[in-house]
Amino acid sequence: MRTYIAKRIGISVIILFCVTFIIYGLMRSLPSSFVETMAMQLSQAPGAKSFDEWMAQLNAQYGLDKDIFSGYVTWLVDFLTGNFGDSWKFNVPVITEFYNTIGISFAMGGIAFVLSTVIAVPLGIFAATRQYSKADYVISALALAGISLPTFFLATLLKLVFSVGLGWFDLYGLMGRNFNQLDAVGQMLDIVNHMVLPVVTLTVIQIGSLMRYTRTNMLEVLNADYIRTARTKGLPEHKVIYKHAFRNTLIPLVTIIGGSLPGLFSGALITETLFMIPGTGYTSYQSMIAGDIPYTMFFLTFIAIITLISNLLTDILYAVVDPRVRIS
Amino acid sequence: MSNDKNSTNAEQADQQEYSLNDDRRVKVLSPSALIAKRFFRNRLAVVGLVILIAMFLFSFVGGVVSPYGQDESFYTDTSLNTQYAGITETTSLRYIAAPGAEFGALVQSNANAAIREGASSFERDGVSYAIEQPAPNVYTFSTGGQVVAYASTNVVSVPSGAETPSFDFQLAAVTAVANLDADDAAGSADAAATTDAASGDAAAAEGEVSAEAATATDGTFTYDGATYTVNKVGDVTDASGATVATVSPFVISASDGNTQIPNDLRAELLAAVENDVSEVTYTDSEGAEHTYSISYDAYSSVYNVTETTSNRVYDRYASPSAEHWLGTDGNGMDMLTRLMYGGRVSLIIGFIVVFIAAGLGVIMGGISGYFGGWVDNLIMRVVDVFYCLPSYPIIIILGSAMDAMRIDSWTRMIYLMLILGFLSWPSIARLVRGQILSLREQEFMLATEATGISVPHRIIRHLIPNVMPQLIVSCTMSLGSTIITEATLSFLGLGVKFPFASWGNIISDVNNAFVMTNYPFIWIPAGICLLLTVLGFNFVGDGLRDAFDPKMNR
Repeated sequence: MRTYIAKRIGISVIILFCVTFIIYGLMRSLPSSFVETMAMQLSQAPGAKSFDEWMAQLNAQYGLDKDIFSGYVTWLVDFLTGNFGDSWKFNVPVITEFYNTIGISFAMGGIAFVLSTVIAVPLGIFAATRQYSKADYVISALALAGISLPTFFLATLLKLVFSVGLGWFDLYGLMGRNFNQLDAVGQMLDIVNHMVLPVVTLTVIQIGSLMRYTRTNMLEVLNADYIRTARTKGLPEHKVIYKHAFRNTLIPLVTIIGGSLPGLFSGALITETLFMIPGTGYTSYQSMIAGDIPYTMFFLTFIAIITLISNLLTDILYAVVDPRVRIS
Repeated sequence: MSNDKNSTNAEQADQQEYSLNDDRRVKVLSPSALIAKRFFRNRLAVVGLVILIAMFLFSFVGGVVSPYGQDESFYTDTSLNTQYAGITETTSLRYIAAPGAEFGALVQSNANAAIREGASSFERDGVSYAIEQPAPNVYTFSTGGQVVAYASTNVVSVPSGAETPSFDFQLAAVTAVANLDADDAAGSADAAATTDAASGDAAAAEGEVSAEAATATDGTFTYDGATYTVNKVGDVTDASGATVATVSPFVISASDGNTQIPNDLRAELLAAVENDVSEVTYTDSEGAEHTYSISYDAYSSVYNVTETTSNRVYDRYASPSAEHWLGTDGNGMDMLTRLMYGGRVSLIIGFIVVFIAAGLGVIMGGISGYFGGWVDNLIMRVVDVFYCLPSYPIIIILGSAMDAMRIDSWTRMIYLMLILGFLSWPSIARLVRGQILSLREQEFMLATEATGISVPHRIIRHLIPNVMPQLIVSCTMSLGSTIITEATLSFLGLGVKFPFASWGNIISDVNNAFVMTNYPFIWIPAGICLLLTVLGFNFVGDGLRDAFDPKMNR
């Protein structure tokens, strides 16, 4: 077990180097970088230096005069020593910007995650226990519809109905216009109000696949021999389902739920962008569009690390939860 | 006879029973027929298939049937009302001073007071003015026997470009019109009384005298030796019948300093105002027809003359109509046609991306699974790296890079397909590898080895067909998700670009909140098409999975 974990960690570190290098190379080879845009603006000011002079100066200033390899090494050393640099786009240290945005993304993702789990798992079990019934067909069709629904279309429909039509929520943002005039409770309620539509969007998008997954696994378990044994023993049906079947379904569920944890940190890029929620997703989108290398690098590396850790944890957890799994 | 024979034969055939071990008792289906049978028994799968067929017909046949092109713009005529001129009616007396004479505002107010009182003279600053009324509502003021000013509610205007008529001409014309307006002859008698007004300028005096002498009742006067005729409307025509001036209580002035109102139009407009006509159609010297509408603004007591001009503009966001069933978009293009071509783009991109991904995935996964060892290890680590790469950020970064490079829409679409395909092969490779690993251990593979079948043959004839079911299911499902990814990117403006339509970039119009709230016919159909297509692929994929693997319970 210990050698297995050590080996996995070693491989993960190598993968991490590859991933960060690919992203760094990609960011560096963008034809129109943040610096170029900035030099363009600066050189247009009256009495300014020429574009080329500004480019040379800014490139030196931002450490872009090195080639990709030595640039990567510099970045890596800085990153490993905990010096994440300043965001070019937001003009604050990368870590500050990240702290400012992670909270809201985590809250939104967490609420949506809990909501979708609470709704999807019981529905999936319900559908599985009544296979081929009308309810099963409806739930399966709805689950597939949830998977097929593009986030942006759902979000726009929600906006049209609830923001424009009914006027319950604002179209964009996290705070209302009169946020600063409200007292503490009012401010909190205002933020909650603004989070309703994004959270609903996220929940609906997530529910479908989780519901399908629960149903499929439940059906598999329900056809297992030990369930037949439990039934022949004369156990009541609810005991068969909730005590014997559901517990065994929990194993794959735990793994898929563990796998979706990095999503809580990465924020919902599309949803946050659509609702202009200043979370990590929206912020990273802006930084990527602007070619802000320090922030993008930090964020994507963070996501990669979280993904690798959660993969590792899932595999280990799987072995811990299910004694039949042997790790080799 | 023959009929009887036939029927007895049939009866015999019916009565004949198969023996228990007769093969004909069991209807034997080929494997593919079995799969098809299982597939069509699944209601959701059939619904999905119907949706997909409908979508394909809509996209590929619809684009051909549609009478419009993908990027054909439509125009519409809009009428634009521009302020052309204003007409004011003079209700109070207007004072016109003789050349060289002073008749200031203070004197005018004294004069007003005197007229109101009916006085025949008034005094101001030691100067005494005598008031005479040559015609109704026409007053002349003289001091020392010399006419220094007259007052009237009518104004003499001349055709644009012509010289302003002399004071005496104006007075004569105004008097003539006022006399004509008046029914009683008393007015003309009054007019005749002014003849004794002497003038320093001999010629002018002569003209004036003769003019006023002539303005008896018939609406003519002579000035400077020429005879002019006035009519009730106030046109002053010379001997040849040409209008030289207009006398009217209405003053017309162009709204725009550069506009010169043609004479005949001016006359028509004035006549329209007097006759309460609200629309004037006028053909100018170049033969173009103009329409003017006149409306009275009580607040500023001005008749506004607006010209209705028609412009050809893009028929933007037109509501659904018989010509455009789903209206038109922001570029004046037919929405339904855009939707059809958009479906084409979305579907083709989906297929090509999945084709690339499946090709790469099968090759890499096949190599990895079949050969194992360090090759397998290497390929799987590459797959791990791809799994760890966040795909949306990568595509967004590349998309904004392509934005910056100003790559044309067509090349961009090809790059997009390559990128999406290249980013999605690892999952297929993993699937193929897993399948091959388990198949490799099965007896039939041992049998192929034992019978001495060559390696390529073994892979192509025996391994790949067994991987196919899983591969087809996975590809069908990923077709749906690829279409969503493409649409999302196009929605963010980083995917398919104008002039090409895609369902995603049609919906991206909602980034303009006005379009979102006011023109739902633009984006809701595209969203529904997108939803239905992806749903169709998922239903079919689901049905195929069940059909291929009956042991698994859907």
